[in-house]
This record gives sequence, structure tokens and C-alpha cells, in this order.
Amino acid sequence: MISDLAYQLLQMTLVIALAPGLTGLIRKVKARLTRRRGASVLQPYFDLARLARKEAIVADSATSYFRVAPYLIFASTWVAAALVPTFATGLMFSWSADLIAIVAILGFGRFALILAGMDVGTSFGGLGASREAMFATLAEPAMMTIVFCLALLAGSTQLSTIAEFMTTHDVGLRVTLGMALVALVMVAIAENGRIPADNPATHLELTMVHEAMILEYSGRHLALIELAAMLKLLLYVSIIGCVFAPWGLVAGEGRSLGVGLGVYLAKLAFAGVALGVFETSIAKMRVFRVPNFLGAALMLGLLGAMLLFVSRVLK
Amino acid sequence: MSGLDFDVSHLLAGGLVLVSFMLLYQTRIYALLNVYAAQAFVLSLAVVWQAFVQDKPHLYATAAVAFLFKAALIPYALHRAIDRLGLRREVENVVGIGATMLAGLACVALAIVVMLRIENEADALAREDLAFALAVILLGLLMMVVRRNVVSMVIGFMSLENGLILAAAGAKGMPLVVEFAVAFSVVVALVVIYVFLFRLQDRFGGVDVGVLEDFQGSRR
Amino acid sequence: MNALVGLLLVDLALLALAIAGAIRRNNALVYGGALALSTLGLALALTHFLGRAAPQTLVLPIGLPWLGAHFRLDALSAFFLALAHLGGAVASLYGLGYGRHEQEPGRVLPFYPAFLAGMSLVPLADDAYTFLVAWEFMSLSSWALVTAHHRSAENRNAGFVYLVMAAFGALMLLLAFGVLAGASGGYAFAAMRAHPPGAGVAALALALVVLGAGSKAGLAPLHVWLPLAHPAAPSHVSALMSGVMTKIAIYAFVRFAFDLLGAPDWRWSLPILLLGAATAALGVLSATMEVDLKRLLAFSTVENIGLIFLSLGLALAFKADDLSRAAALAFTAAMLHALNHMLFKSLLFFGAGAVLTATGARNLDRLGGLFDRMRWTSLAMLIGAAAIAGLPPLNGFVSEWLMLQAVLLGPAFPQWTLKLLALAMGAVVALVAALAAAAFARMFGIAFLGRPRSPEAASATDADPTMRYAMAGLAGACLLAGIFPGVLIDALKPLAEAAVGAAMPLQAKIPWTSIAPIAESRSSYNGLLVLIFFVASGSAAAFVIHRVASAAIRRAPAWDCGFPNADPATQYTAVSFAEPIRRVYGPFAFAARAEVDMPRPGEARPARITVHMSDRIWRGLYAPIGRAVAAVATWLNPLQFLTIRQYLSVVFGALLALLLLLAIRS
Repeated sequence: MISDLAYQLLQMTLVIALAPGLTGLIRKVKARLTRRRGASVLQPYFDLARLARKEAIVADSATSYFRVAPYLIFASTWVAAALVPTFATGLMFSWSADLIAIVAILGFGRFALILAGMDVGTSFGGLGASREAMFATLAEPAMMTIVFCLALLAGSTQLSTIAEFMTTHDVGLRVTLGMALVALVMVAIAENGRIPADNPATHLELTMVHEAMILEYSGRHLALIELAAMLKLLLYVSIIGCVFAPWGLVAGEGRSLGVGLGVYLAKLAFAGVALGVFETSIAKMRVFRVPNFLGAALMLGLLGAMLLFVSRVLK
Repeated sequence: MSGLDFDVSHLLAGGLVLVSFMLLYQTRIYALLNVYAAQAFVLSLAVVWQAFVQDKPHLYATAAVAFLFKAALIPYALHRAIDRLGLRREVENVVGIGATMLAGLACVALAIVVMLRIENEADALAREDLAFALAVILLGLLMMVVRRNVVSMVIGFMSLENGLILAAAGAKGMPLVVEFAVAFSVVVALVVIYVFLFRLQDRFGGVDVGVLEDFQGSRR
Repeated sequence: MNALVGLLLVDLALLALAIAGAIRRNNALVYGGALALSTLGLALALTHFLGRAAPQTLVLPIGLPWLGAHFRLDALSAFFLALAHLGGAVASLYGLGYGRHEQEPGRVLPFYPAFLAGMSLVPLADDAYTFLVAWEFMSLSSWALVTAHHRSAENRNAGFVYLVMAAFGALMLLLAFGVLAGASGGYAFAAMRAHPPGAGVAALALALVVLGAGSKAGLAPLHVWLPLAHPAAPSHVSALMSGVMTKIAIYAFVRFAFDLLGAPDWRWSLPILLLGAATAALGVLSATMEVDLKRLLAFSTVENIGLIFLSLGLALAFKADDLSRAAALAFTAAMLHALNHMLFKSLLFFGAGAVLTATGARNLDRLGGLFDRMRWTSLAMLIGAAAIAGLPPLNGFVSEWLMLQAVLLGPAFPQWTLKLLALAMGAVVALVAALAAAAFARMFGIAFLGRPRSPEAASATDADPTMRYAMAGLAGACLLAGIFPGVLIDALKPLAEAAVGAAMPLQAKIPWTSIAPIAESRSSYNGLLVLIFFVASGSAAAFVIHRVASAAIRRAPAWDCGFPNADPATQYTAVSFAEPIRRVYGPFAFAARAEVDMPRPGEARPARITVHMSDRIWRGLYAPIGRAVAAVATWLNPLQFLTIRQYLSVVFGALLALLLLLAIRS
């Protein structure tokens, strides 16, 4: 009981502590690949600390929602990240929300963010918010079809149970899993505003989405939203890791905490490098190509779930 | 049949369906040809696996023919034809991509429902192979319906034909001569289409089949 | 006292109140009286429902002489009565304040209690005649309320369309009863239950019920009247029409499909599932495009009705295949969603009414910046919007989550069609939920956030106290239903047992108020814990940041990338916010196309974008019918100008023809 609680608290602090590092690693990899030296991997931590210490500037036309929104966004993302198995399955509170609920909790954060973008009443905020809303209408169903693939296979929508199923059962080679993995990566890219769906590194580009919504934010508010975005990236990497690379997860007694943490860090590092390489090798797509991109993810998810029926016994 | 045999053949057949979807999704002609070549490659892998699993050496020949003609020769020929004709690179769809994808999914669902109803008469592998093959055939037909560019219609036809080969490989006891006949018919079709393509370009300065509709005198 | 008698007396008292309202147009009298009576009715219905009392019946010697008026109170009708009276009670509380701003009280006050009485009489009816009388009473009194503001041509048109569709729906139900009663003429429900119809007759009756109840509920393509009529009524009546009257239509469908028609066939579920999915998708897409606040809410009602029908279709299919646990899950999800939709849709219509009172505007593009000016209304609307968007920890999420869990039981179907269709239904539910989130983020962001787009919006003040209480109460209910769903699921147990013969596992014994629809290892959700996590992590972050880092705030002009424009017209509007979604879904759903007229460099005229959208259902289905009716009317027009002798001969001829027919047949 106590150790369960300790694990849960460890997980909650761990995700916060690691999220900026993952973003820093990706930036570093991208910088090195373009033959720049790049800032230190720790730079996001310094950025966040600097932002948090500054005074927050609030636009005259902003309503009081503007000041509450960063906490809503951050809280929802943090809660979602705390419920995904990172280094251990069967966390104390992991049963309080299954994968569908985690997706919906992230949806709550997005809802709050879209509203925050519309609050000041500038055209940039509206632009980002409307595009984010459009992306979400495809990304969420796509994510849900991926959940169907996994849930129909593992007979559960609980992430811990799915992860345990993937380690313990003879899952075999399944075309469904491949499709689900590709679709999940596509959704994760779009949801986190990475290239090719959105560019996290630009301001003032006609195609930007996430940055346009948070244009009016500054100081501690901006720090919270940025940290939430980093957490979200970490969360998707953790979901992919625990479902498609479920090795080294600490499950109950007998497994060492050190191994779990080490393997998790290795997974994060691999994902960071892979994402950095992917982003440098691909061009950003036009904003109205993104619906096709996400539509393809949706289609892959549905096709994968359908093909499950044609394969070996389904529970 | 052991689990792994089944899984691999399932994986390859499912991959073929997936590549058919990629064909539907592509909007550029060259990419279309490349994806078609990939489909033929996956097909020949699937046929090789069937040959290995069913222990039928003559299927290796089918796979070789499929690989040679479809993954190499036909894409190359079409590639050259497009170069020589100087065609536009983008392909116009009659229907939007989203609607096409949905229709494609419905086709796959239909194929699964129709084939898997035959519960006990065939063994699982053949039944599911047939379901996938039917899906590939339907997707090929769909592609011919939703595209107006002749090249992509041709690709649709060829991918339909790939579905036939998959069905033939999965069904036990299909004689070798049938498979060769099918393969040969594709080559003939290619020649006919090649001629058609050049005539179309000569006469109308484009390969959009829309230009032919003006000659249907009886319609108006 | 017998609960059934009590509920009938409540209805009678409501009718008396209607007469009193017609004589003395006193706001406090009518709404206060309706509030008291609805609360009483709610208490009676709840005692019966929660007490799991045995069904009560009553036959009164009124109505048709050989039939009498049969009444019955069982679990199903008690649930819908509780829902109706709950909606009636909060709407009456809201009406106490809202009614003071009414311009035409004489056209609202008498019909309001009558409408309540009609809605709460339908579930009590136990024979076809009583049912149809109550049904028509409900339709006509609501029609009177729709046309209360009859001076605007738009509302008159809405009233006309509504009347036509209501007549059509009632005719279909009449035919359904006729088919079920058969030649023997057993019009009491008990007689119909005793003699379940054969397969063909049942299918025919089901089709008629889908048309009849579906047209009242707003099932596509019979939904066209709903977005016209619901917004035309005063806001608290809109709330009742959307929140309660559509549920009475659901009741009618459930009463037929799960009770009177006997054992279902799995094929029955196919049209229900497909129509439900189409309705949900069409409704939510229309809502994302709509600029009128109340019409937007009405379209979202269409969406939610679609979801409820979808879930009922699943329940029907599971029931037909004897998967009774799964059927109980799908059915409970549908009923829970019906309850949840009543809660948040009433709340949202109340908020729209408050906005309408404060600004006089229903068009989203005349609103904006209301968040700090209408604090109560805005917070209530925010909760309502988040609930209807299906976001945890609110109630809308719970019912949609249960629907998805039911979908995931799809592989248990023996029919391949259903297995795959269940999957497609899951994708539709997810798509609809995501679109609803977009629609309501847009609604709230445009109407309540940003800068005011009109002087009226800039000077708006918050609603009257009773209106605030009604909204706060509903917002609280949305939250409570979201964090203690297990209590509701357990309470719905008798309902599921009555309809599908099984119930979901008891949720109360799961620790920590979690819910687990099938088994805990399979899926579980805990709204309370999610809420606690939200609050804890949000306040922890706020505490740490304010303590450790900075708490300073400076007000400054908006940054807007260095080019701030003081004109509120530079903000995104409701139309521009919907543009990306329209580009993706519009061509498919509404045949939408945009024409951009871009002047060449040097030209002085403004650029112009014109968007063409057409309602395919109206154009393809209703317009041809309308044209056909007009053509027939023109053809028959000469009949108006006959002499009196000719009229008499027409009557005489008709009589002779009928008698001849009789003579030939027998």
C-alpha cells in the first residue's frame, strides 16, 4: 500500500522532471543533424525557470478565464501523464481512468487551450484555436480506433492490462499491431504539434497552430503551458513505449525499480533521437494536408481493428 | 498449421490490403507507380510464403513472374510512358480522399462479411486469404471508379489483378496453367493500355478520360 | 397514497393551473405553481422508481366507451416521469425570473403548465387511445408555445413545419398501434403484450414507430422541424422541448421496441444503428456551422438523440442475440445519456436565454466578452459546454464512455455484419464526441470570451437570481452525475431489467465509487478521483508557482505579434472559426463550396468570399414533397369554386362509392 503510493508519487514527479529533458534532447538532436552545436539538453529547464520568475503580462481585453486556463491545461495534462504506465504497471491509481478516459482528459486540456486561444480576441488566437479544433476532430477518433485495436486484442481498455498482455501473451506477428503503431505515431505527431503537422520552433508563420493559440501568454502562465506541452509529448512516448515496447516494466514484486527506470530512460532517449531524425528529414506539410494525414491514421486504426476479426481467435 | 505460419501469411495478406489503401490515398503519379511496385513486391512475398507453407514449388514460379512483371517491368514501362508523354504529376480524384477512404473501408468490411460467413467449409487460412483477396479486388475496382486519369485507372486494374493472384495462391489446387494465363493476360492488357494511352495523348492532348465523354452522342 | 393516482392528480392540477394562467396572467402563480407541482411529481415518481415498487395500474371510465382510459406506472414510465418532472421543476424555477422579461405572457403562461401536463401524461398511458391523446396534447401545447412570438415570420414558418411534422408523427404512431392491435382490436397495452405480433407485423410496426417517435425525437431525416421549432419558443420552453420532450419520444420508442413488440430480431437494430449514427453526425456537423446560439443547441440535441438511438440499437441487437449483460450495458448507457442530456441541454438553453435577455442577441457574432460581465451564466455555461462535449470529470463523458464500452463488446455478436458495424459505430461515437467538443469550444469561445462584438454585449449584466439558481443547480447536477455515476447506474437497474432482462453489475460494491461496466480488469473509470486529481494538481501548481516563483501581474495591450488592432471586428467570428472544419467535412455533408473573388493588385474593390451550402435532406426529400403537394393543390384548386349543388353531389357520390365498396366486399 505504502509502496504503491510511493510508486505513484514517484511517477508523478518523474514525468514532470523528465518532460523538459526529452524536449531538450530532441532539440539537441535536430541541432546536431543540421550541423549546429545547439543548446544544452538542459536548456528547457532553464527556460521554464526563467519564465516562471518573470511577471505575467495579461492583455487588457483578456477575461479572468485567461488567468485560470494555464492551470486547467497543466493540471489535466499532468493527471493524464500520471496515469500512463511509464516504468511500472499497475500503479495505485491507474484504474481510475482507462485509455479512453486518458484520451478524454487530454481532450479536456485541449478544450481549455482552445478557449484560452480565443480569449484575448486577436486574430492569431482564433486562427490557432480553429485549426486545433479541426485537427482534434480527426485526431481523437483516430486515437479511439487505435484504442479499439488494442482493447479488442487485449480484452481491456486499461493501459496496465494491455501492457501486461503484450508482455505475457503470445501476441505473435500481427498486421493490426503494425497498423496501430503507425497510426499512433501519426496521431502523436499531430497532437504534439510536431513536424510535419505543425512546427514547434516557429513563430509568425502562416501555418502555425499551437504557438498561435498561446501567443498572448507570458511569464508563469507561458511556463505552465509549455511544460504541459512537453508533458504531453512525454505521455505519448510513454503510451507507445508501454504498449509496443513493453519491456522492463516493473510489475508488482520481484522486479527491480532500477531496471524499470533504466529501461524507461532508454526508451525515452530512443524516442527523442528517432523523433529528431524524423523531423529533420521531412518537410512540414500544408495545413490543409493535415486532415488527410490524420484521416489516414483514422483509416489505419479502423482497418487494423477490422483485420483483427480475420485473425486468430479474438477474446 | 502452426501459429507462426498463419501469422506471417496473415501479415502479408493484410499488408497487401494496406498497400491497396495507399494506392487509393496517393495523389501523385510517380508515387502511385512506386506504391504499385511495392504492392507487387508484397504480393510476391505472400505467394512465396504460400508456396513454402503449402509446399507447392510451382507457386515459386508464380511469385517470380509476379515480381518480374509487376514489381519491375510494368512500373518501369509506365514510368517511361509518363516521361515521354510529359503528363501532369498530380492525379485528380472525382471523389474526395476522405470519402474514398470510407468507401474503401466499407469494401473491406463487405469482403470480410461475405467471406467469413462460410464458416466450416474451408479451412481458416484459405478463407481469410480469400477475404483479403476479395478486398484487394474491390479496392482496385473502387480506384478505377474514383480516378479520372487513365494511368491511375490502369494501376487500379493492375492492383485488382494482384488480388486475383492472391486468391489463386491461397486456394489449394489451382493449376499452374491458370496462373500463367492470368499473368500473361496482364502483359497483353499492358500492351493494349500502352497503345490506348498514346492514342489518347495524340488525339486529345491529355489522358483524362473526361474528354471521351464528349463523344457519347446519344447521351444528350 | 397510490403513486399512480398521485401523478395523475399532479397532471390534473397542472391542467387547472393552465386554466388559471389563462384567466390571471400572473407569472409567479403559474411558474411557482408549476414548480411546486413538478417537484411533487418528481418526488412521487422517484419514490416509485427507487423503491422498485410493483407496477400499478388504473382504469378510468373515460375516453372510448368500450376501452376506458388505462394507466400504468412501471419502472420505465417512472424513470421518464422523474426525468420530465425534474426538467419541469428547474424550467419553472428558471421561468420565475425569465418570465418577467416575456413580451407576450398571455401566449406563454396558459400553455406552459398544459405542456408539462401533456409530457408527464404520455408515460402513464397504458392504451393506444390515451397514449395518442396525451401525445397530441403534448404536441399541440408545445406548438402553441413555439408560435408564442408569432410576429416574426421565421417563427410562424417554424410553427407550420412543426405542426406538419407532428401530425405526420402522430399518424405513424396511430398506424403502428393499428398494426399491433390487429383485427381483434386489443388497444390496451396489456392486450398487445399478451399477443406479441408475428415477425412481419412487428417489423412493420417498428418501421412506423421509428417514423413516428423518431420524428418527434429528431431522428434524421425527420429532424428538419427541430432546429426551427426548438429555438423559436421562449428559452425555458426550448429547454423543455430539447431536454424533456425528445426524451418522451425516446420513451415511446423504448416502450414499443423493448416491450410491446416482443422478442427482437437482430436485423431490427440495423436501421436504428445507421439512422442513429447518421443523425448524430449530421446534427453535430450542423451545430459546428451554426451561428445562431439557440439553433446551435437545437442541432446538438439532434446529435445527442442520434447517440441515444445508436446505443438503443446496440442494446436491441445484444438483446436479440441473448447477450443480456451487454444489452444491459448499452441500454443503461442510452438511458444515462438521456438523463445527462436533459441536464446539460436544459442548462445550455437556460444560459442562452440569459444571454438573450441580457443582450437581445442570439447571433454568436453579436456576442463576446461576456465572461466577466455575466459571471454566473458564463461559469454555468462553461460547465454545460464541457459536459456536452464529453469531457471528464463531467457527466456527458460517463455515458459516452459506457457507449464505447458497449461497442467494445461487439466481437461477441454472432453475426459478422454486427461485429463490424459495432466497430463503425464506435468510430462514429468518437468522431461525434470530438466534433461536439469543437462545436462547444466555438460556442463558448465566441459568445463568452474575446472582445464584445456589439454594444449590447459590452453592456450586458448577469441574469436574475432565480435564473442563476436554476443554472447553478443544473451545473451542480452535471458535476455530481459525472463524479458519482455508480449511484446512477445502480439506480437504473430496474429499468434495464425491465427492458432487456438483465442489469449491469452492481457498482456500489466497487471501492472508491469507481465504475466498472463489465469487470475491473477490463475497464474502470473514477470521476471523483479524476476531479480530485485535477483540483489537487492544479492547486499544487498554483501554490508552488506563486510561492517559489512570481505572482506579479501586469496589464498591457494585447501583443498580437506586434500589430494589435483595437477593432473587435478583427477577431475570429463564429463563421471563420468553423472554416477549417467546413473545409474538411463541408463538401461531404453539405455540398459546401467556397468562391473566392480576389481583386488583382491595384484594384480598389474588396476581396470577397462566398460560401454555398445546401441542406441535402431538405433539397432531396422535403422540397420535392413540397412541390408535389403544391402541384396537387393547384390541380384540385377548381374544387374551391363549385356551386352548392355540385358540392352536395360530391358528398353524395362519395357516400355512394363507399357503400358500393362495402356491398362488393361483403
